[in-house]
Amino acid sequence: MFYRETGQFKTSYAADQQIFPIRQDRVGVILLLLVAFIVVPLVAGSYWFNAILIPFLIFALAALGLNILTGYAGQLSLGSAAFMAVGAYAAYNFQVRVEGMPILVSFLLGGLTAAGVGILFGLPSLRIKGFYLAVATLAAQFFIVWCLTKFPYLSNYSSSGVISVPGVEMAGFTFDTPQSRYLLVLSIVTVLALLAKNMVRSTTGRAWMAVRDMDVAAEVIGIRLMHTKLLAFAVSSFYCGVAGALYAFLYLGSVEPDGFSLDLSFKILFMIIVGGVGSILGSFLGAAFILLLPIFLDISLPWLSELLHLPFDGATVSHIQLMIFGALIMFFLIVEPHGLARLWQIGKEKLRLWPFPH
Amino acid sequence: MQFFLEVLIGGLLSGVMYSLVALGFVLIFKASGVFNFAQGAMVYFAALSLVGCMGMGAPLWLAFILAFAIMTLLGIATEKFVLRKMVNQAPIALFMATIGLAFFIEGLAPLLWGNEVRALEIGLVDEPIAWILDNYNMVVSSFDLFAAGLALALVALLALFFQYTRVGRALRAVADDHQAALSIGIPLQHIWALVWAVAGFVALVAGMLWGSRNGVQFALTFTALKALPVLILGGFTSVPGAIVGGLIIGASEKLAEIYIPPVLAGWFGGNFGGIEGWFPYVMALLFLLVRPEGLFGEKHIDRV
Amino acid sequence: MARQIGEVILDLKNISLAFGGVKALTDISFDVREHEIRAIIGPNGAGKSSMLNVINGVYHPQQGEIIFRGEHRKDMDTHEAAAAGFARTFQNIALFKGMSVLDNLMTGRNLKMKSNFLQHALWWGPAKREELEHRRKVEEVIDFLEIEHIRKTPVGRLPYGLQKRVELGRALAAEPQILLLDEPMAGMNVEEKQDMCRFILDVNDQLGTTIVLIEHDMGVVMDISDRVVVLDYGKKIGDGVPDEVKNNPEVIAAYLGTQH
Repeated sequence: MFYRETGQFKTSYAADQQIFPIRQDRVGVILLLLVAFIVVPLVAGSYWFNAILIPFLIFALAALGLNILTGYAGQLSLGSAAFMAVGAYAAYNFQVRVEGMPILVSFLLGGLTAAGVGILFGLPSLRIKGFYLAVATLAAQFFIVWCLTKFPYLSNYSSSGVISVPGVEMAGFTFDTPQSRYLLVLSIVTVLALLAKNMVRSTTGRAWMAVRDMDVAAEVIGIRLMHTKLLAFAVSSFYCGVAGALYAFLYLGSVEPDGFSLDLSFKILFMIIVGGVGSILGSFLGAAFILLLPIFLDISLPWLSELLHLPFDGATVSHIQLMIFGALIMFFLIVEPHGLARLWQIGKEKLRLWPFPH
Repeated sequence: MQFFLEVLIGGLLSGVMYSLVALGFVLIFKASGVFNFAQGAMVYFAALSLVGCMGMGAPLWLAFILAFAIMTLLGIATEKFVLRKMVNQAPIALFMATIGLAFFIEGLAPLLWGNEVRALEIGLVDEPIAWILDNYNMVVSSFDLFAAGLALALVALLALFFQYTRVGRALRAVADDHQAALSIGIPLQHIWALVWAVAGFVALVAGMLWGSRNGVQFALTFTALKALPVLILGGFTSVPGAIVGGLIIGASEKLAEIYIPPVLAGWFGGNFGGIEGWFPYVMALLFLLVRPEGLFGEKHIDRV
Repeated sequence: MARQIGEVILDLKNISLAFGGVKALTDISFDVREHEIRAIIGPNGAGKSSMLNVINGVYHPQQGEIIFRGEHRKDMDTHEAAAAGFARTFQNIALFKGMSVLDNLMTGRNLKMKSNFLQHALWWGPAKREELEHRRKVEEVIDFLEIEHIRKTPVGRLPYGLQKRVELGRALAAEPQILLLDEPMAGMNVEEKQDMCRFILDVNDQLGTTIVLIEHDMGVVMDISDRVVVLDYGKKIGDGVPDEVKNNPEVIAAYLGTQH
């Protein structure tokens, strides 16, 4: 009964088109943003920033990118980590090789480079679909990582492709505390998420979904398949590229090509499956879930092993983690293919009626 | 020239091994329309089961039978708890479910059998064949030759099975259209259990051969990923295609690894090894652009 | 008030279409006049859907000419056809099942949207105005087809009859000059058919849209169409007003079958 919509009528199409048409949603989101921008930096400790919040935001951004490509446009990709790598290395090169390059511009250029590479590897999507396309994206994944390892120019001639990024500075202010890094990442991710939400609600998003749902029909009603698909690859890779740049500059500080392996691509795919394909919110929920799960297991498994009097060593824990990941993926695909986002929606619908049963 | 032939033959032989793994994919895809990404994990699981049983004292033949039983159980469990519940969903969703399955098996296998690298003795030694070495001065592994022979025999058997037996026909019907097959009385669940059992058998043979060649270790799951380009070249539904695709991928991968890096080093300086890691995929990609259904696959037509 | 039937706007001359060895259409010629309702009928497999596919550029005929408003358009692709003013529905519903009714209709207006993805991302100025303007237009179609109550429902959840209506809506949203309908009433019960007939007649009446329609229900065809083309085995065996065609012995033979 707190979530009633009675009395909230829309009297114009503009009002109906808002991102959060229901007042309670708007209030909720504003509160969330206030908490994120103001309360958290004051309250949270550096472990929280470094191990949880910052990677959560970065992975959410990458998941958003993959969701645009796979969830909205229906082009399955197993190469999102490779595009993150392109973004990271490109941003690094721009930052290090060009004197006085502003850091945000480096991030932007890193994203654009990733977008360009994304278009290149997206060209096959014009001829092939489904899991054939997935195999093509595997080619991108392996080839790109190999290039980054083997062409020393790309890593500024460091050994085995490892790059250590310089500190992040903007207008004289150095982002070296966890709080400042968190706020920068939060700002960038918030802006990009908003842009993404706008895109998927618009003609662009509808064209993507049309191609996903029935591309033959989309073509017949005049949607240009090539533009639509390549745009999806470009935007998606841009997001993954920026996420990669943030990953290198504001989270790890030093990355290597193998850190962007197939495993990471799978992780990001799992984030959107669990969180909800075709949902902006789902990208965030999935990223949180997949990120928090290992931490949760790290805490709970030793406790469980004591309870059962079975020794669980480190290797066992990681095996169990794999099993749980796998089981979760299968579980979500069977039970709720639209993921946590759909469960959230169902929850909200129940909230509309609570405390009444119907 | 001899060196080239040596590399070529080595590549062809390892290609046959890829075909073995690809065969498992083809079987499951042919019979249920599901692209089983977990096939690689199944190879790993099969090899571990085999080596585990032998480690507990069973002779090879007994361990083989036990491992086969385990694989069949795994297949049946997969069908019952995962696939059956996803009957109505899009193929992409099924594919992603098999990715989940792969991870699950990759966690389960070492949990049950431990994860140290293990050697697998099957009584064959990886030695160059003496008379080829003496007469032609080329190194051709006797092990690889045996493995190739075994794989070819298996493929021939399976091709005959699909084409000429009643069960094989039923499997093809099921792959084509589940509902239609049900409506003419084909017992879907039995068929699927059978298919996964056969796929498990193939996985076991592949695991046995790969495991004794390279040791039973986690990297086996990556060999399975290599089967994907094989399938693309050969076509997802073709048993002979798996062989041809495997040969092409195996040969070209080895040749590329030997001949391309020096060229690149000449242009750019530096070391360019590791081409094997991506070359098959890029080849598959280029191939897809020209012939999306593979050499022997079936063309997919969209009607509006 | 029925519109006056105008001049010929679509002329199909000697269209022949083959797929490999299979001849789908052989030497078909007929024309369509502005503001009329032209029915294409014939037994199953006669090539009716193929004919429609040729008209809007899905298939390209090996021989023949398509002249639309004086321009030769034999090799146009679907995008050009849509831009030229053709919209259509499909025999097996080709809606985007993952999207709502409103979104499906809005995709029909895709060609009219000029803003690019960056403007969409920023939701600013031109993009916003355009979206609202098109929303207004689409709402007119929604009112016209009486589907206001389901506008936010995902299309996949709707019953068959409503889905067909939504598909008509998507075609109408494009404000077409020629509407190609492929069995718009297939699988409907009597009430739904009456509703659909009413909508089709209203579209023709109020908007003046020329309609080319494939239909099996003879009653409907005779009632609402101005002229009829009859196909059988890819050949034209009848062409004229409904009464003429009804009494044509070849047409009767094709439908009932005779001993040859």
